[in-house]
Amino acid sequence: MAVTTRPVDLTADLGFLRLRNPVLTASGTFGYGLEFEPYLDLAKLGGIVVKGLYYHPREGNPPPRLVETPSGLINAIGLQGVGVEAFAAKVLPRLRAIDTAVIVNVCGADDDEYAAVVEFLDAQEGIAAYELNISCPNVKKEGACPALAPEPTFELVKLVKSVSRRPLITKLSPNVTSIIEIAQAAAEAGTDAVALVNTFLAMAIDLETRRPRLGNVYGGLSGPAIKPIALRMVHQVASRLTVPVIGLGGIMTGADALEFLVAGAAAVEVGTASFVDPDAAARIIGEIVSWCEAHGVAAVRDLVGTLAVP
Amino acid sequence: MTIERDARLREVQSWGSFFRFGIDAPAVGKDARPGQFVMVKVSDGTAPLLRRPLGIHDADAGGFDLFFSIVGRGTEALSRKAPGDRLDVIGALGKGFTMPAPAEGKTAYLVGGGRGIAPLYFLARELARAGARPIVFYGGRTRDEIPIRDRFERAGIEVRCSTDDGSFGFAGFVTALVDQELIKSRPAKVYACGPDRMMKALAGITARHAVPAEFSLESIMGCGIGACWGCVQRIRNESGDGWVKICEEGPVFPGERILWP
Repeated sequence: MAVTTRPVDLTADLGFLRLRNPVLTASGTFGYGLEFEPYLDLAKLGGIVVKGLYYHPREGNPPPRLVETPSGLINAIGLQGVGVEAFAAKVLPRLRAIDTAVIVNVCGADDDEYAAVVEFLDAQEGIAAYELNISCPNVKKEGACPALAPEPTFELVKLVKSVSRRPLITKLSPNVTSIIEIAQAAAEAGTDAVALVNTFLAMAIDLETRRPRLGNVYGGLSGPAIKPIALRMVHQVASRLTVPVIGLGGIMTGADALEFLVAGAAAVEVGTASFVDPDAAARIIGEIVSWCEAHGVAAVRDLVGTLAVP
Repeated sequence: MTIERDARLREVQSWGSFFRFGIDAPAVGKDARPGQFVMVKVSDGTAPLLRRPLGIHDADAGGFDLFFSIVGRGTEALSRKAPGDRLDVIGALGKGFTMPAPAEGKTAYLVGGGRGIAPLYFLARELARAGARPIVFYGGRTRDEIPIRDRFERAGIEVRCSTDDGSFGFAGFVTALVDQELIKSRPAKVYACGPDRMMKALAGITARHAVPAEFSLESIMGCGIGACWGCVQRIRNESGDGWVKICEEGPVFPGERILWP
């Protein structure tokens, strides 16, 4: 007798947005998406979070911009980018043709710029949501950003929410004493979801020259080295807040992604793994399916927040 | 450009810390052009995490060669691979050298320092095949650092060597050897790959002699496919100058466009 099994229901529910599956690509690690077209079918992704956009084209930091550390990567790119006009003219039309959720990571040097980026993008079609980047540690030398304290987080989220016609995901920094307080501030200001975590402020030293290895001195640490800390923060926030959580930090495998879901994330973002394997996000989706099949899980979203804490 | 997860290491040659790998990888080899590079996974785990960018030393429909030296943990891990081992590579990536119009007898100078000689073998072969006359200027600190000079000779390519310590060939920097030659003759083009210091000096020399030059730049890369913006070089464009991705718009750039640090 042939055994028939129903395919695993991969859909992820963020409330304001239903995704084909819970795997998004993390901003800053997936370019503008199109760079990856030769390596994977972008329509298979839950969504693409494109590289952070300032209003105007941006120069970024002087090199060296990258340094590898054990199971991790410190970057100090400094959000070099093309600006909203070039994005809307050259990139967005091509992304729009791909059947996946396009989420634009929004940056700003000050409140006005954040608002201007959102207002400009609001006039463009084909964007599912914004991810508010208030947490990039390597734009300013000491890693200063609004996401380091509740008040500026609240103020900025509130402002952007008031000018935006689209759902807002606020991406938080892990470089804080209480991630819960910051997430609460974002939630109170009306964010539709929080994404955590951005990179950890870090540095590397060349002992021979006794100089920093990065042109910017400090940068943001990502990769498998940060996963346990990111997982803890996702669990802390997801178990206390009602706003949906998107988890990221060192996800390299399907099992890593599933751990974040069990910890309470409604969806995940794959970051540094895409540098190592441009098709990592697609592989991770496949591994999630295999795991669910092997464990008799009918719907991936049923796993969200199922961590049994003693 | 493709991910070739089942490339096979066919042949290993080594000279101290220098290695030549012959790799069976038809998907990468068939479309490779001189000056392009591959991203090679050096470990199955997460340390080292990132792939390593390595210039294609030679290529044909069956695969490609690498020539590299141990400079850190990544290349050290790679050097421990043995014939028969599987290799996971992405390639061929980047834009290669611009070939001069094929014309019998047209001379090009190819200047390589240390491991920077790697892409120049492929280039020399292709130039010769196109009917040009490549002359390779191959520099190293010592005799041990110019290990593949005979490989060029076996391919019928003229090689002029220099060593900083005078242990083989011209005594002094390879740039001085090229400068000396440029006083006497003017090639159609100068191509170079090597340490930044060497190439910066050579850029001054080629500019002085008004010879067009192309330089292949080395960089730490996160992805190699233009996504991370980690590998940048200051490049002069029509619209001014700015940080340009080496992996995507390079690694080869015309000399007059590079703003050296």
